[in-house]
Amino acid sequence: MGGDRPILEVRGLHKSFGALEVLKGIDLAVRKGELVFVIGPSGSGKSTLLRCCNRLEEPSSGSIRVEGVDVMAPGTDINAVRRRIGMVFQSFNLYPHLDALGNVTLALRKVVGQPRAEAERAGQQALARVGLAEKAKSFPNELSGGQQQRVAIARALALEPAILLFDEPTSALDPELVGSVLAVMRELRESGMTMVVVSHEMRFARSAADRVIFMDHGLIVEQGTPEKLFNAPEHPRIRDFIASIEH
Amino acid sequence: MQLERLADTFFNLQVMQQYLPKIVEGFFVTVQIALAVVLAGIAAGLALALVRAFRIRALNFFIILGVDVLRALPPLVLIIGFYFALPTIGIRMSAWVATWLALSLVLAAFAEEIFWAGILAVPKGQWEAARSTGLSFVQTLTDVVLPQAVRLTIPPLTNRTIAITKGTALGAVVAVGEILYQAQTAYSFSYNPSPLVLGAAAYLILFIPVVYFGRWVETRFAWKR
Repeated sequence: MGGDRPILEVRGLHKSFGALEVLKGIDLAVRKGELVFVIGPSGSGKSTLLRCCNRLEEPSSGSIRVEGVDVMAPGTDINAVRRRIGMVFQSFNLYPHLDALGNVTLALRKVVGQPRAEAERAGQQALARVGLAEKAKSFPNELSGGQQQRVAIARALALEPAILLFDEPTSALDPELVGSVLAVMRELRESGMTMVVVSHEMRFARSAADRVIFMDHGLIVEQGTPEKLFNAPEHPRIRDFIASIEH
Repeated sequence: MQLERLADTFFNLQVMQQYLPKIVEGFFVTVQIALAVVLAGIAAGLALALVRAFRIRALNFFIILGVDVLRALPPLVLIIGFYFALPTIGIRMSAWVATWLALSLVLAAFAEEIFWAGILAVPKGQWEAARSTGLSFVQTLTDVVLPQAVRLTIPPLTNRTIAITKGTALGAVVAVGEILYQAQTAYSFSYNPSPLVLGAAAYLILFIPVVYFGRWVETRFAWKR
């Protein structure tokens, strides 16, 4: 197929918060169906990188293209681009006043403009994909953390995005609930979803990632297959970091 | 005996009977103004808070200034100003309108502050989640943030609304025929304070249900986080 063009293409991305430069020139291309894992110490700029991709943070300079569309161009309809970029947050951010189905269907109705019945059909399908079909009428406060995060994944999935960004999706979860979220992510990968995942779940990275990127101080220090990065990294910093996470 | 005199002074049935129709008349005037104040005040307060959410600096300066002035001024000053002072520059309004306008403005000012606090209290992550799915700023405000903000604001808003609608009694000063005015007038005609007791009873009949309604709304709209 003609999928040579990357789904996500970041070039020379800089981001400063006041005097603090958080991203110091990031280049990254993510191909269709690829699962890219981003690791690195806290404060290395991982989350900021993700949040620049859909302009939740305004990049200072550089370019970002999603499916070839320049995210930062003045004429770009950012809300249309965001439909194509799903995002999953550390703290789920479900809407507490809506039930699971309401959470999943809000953007379908308001952004895509689907009639309620059609949106609810699509919403039910998305909930079924994350294994929560029977929780459609439950409110966020009635769900466990793992279930809430899966609803949040369904909310992003329902819009049929070209790429999903995960910002530490399991960091706020009790250990016994992490597995259910990772299982959903694994299933998504197998179905060909393009994903960028910021996370400390190293075992998941080893088994599921196509590529692992190590970031530090606002730069990509090294990237490669999980085998290479975890077993034979060129930079000792990476070995130290992985050791500090994994024991 | 003392007790008889007390009864005769404050609970004189004959006087009460005579002036009851006037108090009832006043009751409906009070209800009328109170409803008009609640509708106008809360609607205007909400509209101002929504405008403020756009964070247009120059506009917000005037909103904040106006709100602060209105919150600082006693409503009675506004009523007297509207009714007695404005005609000198050619703006005339009835006592009813002056009372309604003054109280509506004061309620709008407090409601704006309460709604604004509610909007600010909605976590940033809610905005981010909604915007990340492509919802516009306005859609996020109306469909995600406002429903949560309004629930947070219901208890303080109910209390403030009750406090300000009770201010309809201030209309007595400019001769609006509401409960207190009728009671006071009846008192000066009869030289007996029983109509004032009747007036107090009318206020209780009107506002106790409102207080209970407020409590019911609070529980109805509460949801666990």
